[in-house]
Amino acid sequence: MADQTALFEYLLRLGDNTLVLGHRVSEWCGHAPVLEEDIALANTALDLIGQTQMWLGLAGEVEGAGRSADDLAMLRDVWDFRNLLLVEQPNGDFGQTLMRQCLFDAFHFELLTELTRASDDRIAAIAAKTLKEVTYHLDRSSETVIGLGDGTEESHRRMQAALDLLWPYVGEMFTPDAVDDAMKAAGIAPDLTALRSRFDIRINETLIEATLTKPDSNFAQSGGKTGFRHTEHLGHMLTQMQWLQRAYPGATW
Amino acid sequence: MTPDVSTIWGWLDQVPDPEIPVISVVDLGIVRDVTWQDDTLEVAVTPTYSGCPATSVIAMDIETALYDRGVTNVRIKTQIAPPWTTDWLSDKGRAKLADYGIAPPSPAGGPDACPRCGGAHLTRISQFGSTPCKAHWRCDDCLEPFDYFKCI
Repeated sequence: MADQTALFEYLLRLGDNTLVLGHRVSEWCGHAPVLEEDIALANTALDLIGQTQMWLGLAGEVEGAGRSADDLAMLRDVWDFRNLLLVEQPNGDFGQTLMRQCLFDAFHFELLTELTRASDDRIAAIAAKTLKEVTYHLDRSSETVIGLGDGTEESHRRMQAALDLLWPYVGEMFTPDAVDDAMKAAGIAPDLTALRSRFDIRINETLIEATLTKPDSNFAQSGGKTGFRHTEHLGHMLTQMQWLQRAYPGATW
Repeated sequence: MTPDVSTIWGWLDQVPDPEIPVISVVDLGIVRDVTWQDDTLEVAVTPTYSGCPATSVIAMDIETALYDRGVTNVRIKTQIAPPWTTDWLSDKGRAKLADYGIAPPSPAGGPDACPRCGGAHLTRISQFGSTPCKAHWRCDDCLEPFDYFKCI
């Protein structure tokens, strides 16, 4: 039986990743360069927010303190969030948004594939459902990275700049800590080193086809999934995401 | 009052999907089970896509349909395992989709023919169409866009 505190932390990580990324992607709604892309971004955001309900809902159940998915999403402040630093980065231009999506999707796809085999049935069930949607996300983001990378001079330049900017956030996804170790010991989460190998194969293939150069550095920013040090961006994002729930506690439609 | 389960399935087959009103929640394979637990009717429902905004509306519509027919002791049970799949779409549902102008899901990963003109020259515009469950395609014969219900 898994350590319940570690399990709660781990579920927060999964739910906060999809919550923060879902919110970021939703910021494009109404502003995307092309109508079809606006719809695709909104649909992706919807999937991610729906997945958040399942992950944070289970987190609340495991915590056993009566907090619902809504309570967890809307009433915690920055230091209690457990998302990766990658997903809280600002959208930047459309290319940067899709580069961030592609890097996350490649990790998310491999992780969920492993989580379908988790020793905890509830986690395996959520993973099985979300993996189907994330497969479509990965399809689209990698296709778009390839299309823009191997596109015009301008699109190529912007994609390379996006890759250079976001690459330092990749390492955190695969750097195990005590929570990851506890989940691995419980037969819930996979070995992150093995996951990194699969991620690398996938990303290398995409970047080569996109004619983009993978940065040479192994430096990894950290502090997101532990909550120790989020970037300056998350607080600002939460002021937009949470203001209504904070200003009118208990408000309902 | 405890009507039998097959009668209730019939009632639920008349509850339309809020987004695609020509098909029912039973056609879509959303209703997985209908059982009497003592005097409470338990309806097991599987959500389609995680973020589908119609999920809570569907639960409400099912309850309303049952209340209107005198079954007031109802419990909706959400079941995410096994995950919803387009394999559960009934043949009746597929035919109605095509009739309505939405190309039904196909193992080929894309539509076989334009739901308007029947043309076979088709281009995918985006895997994400008007709703999370649909992709956006265009017929290169009649030049009209149409939705394709994605396989999942």
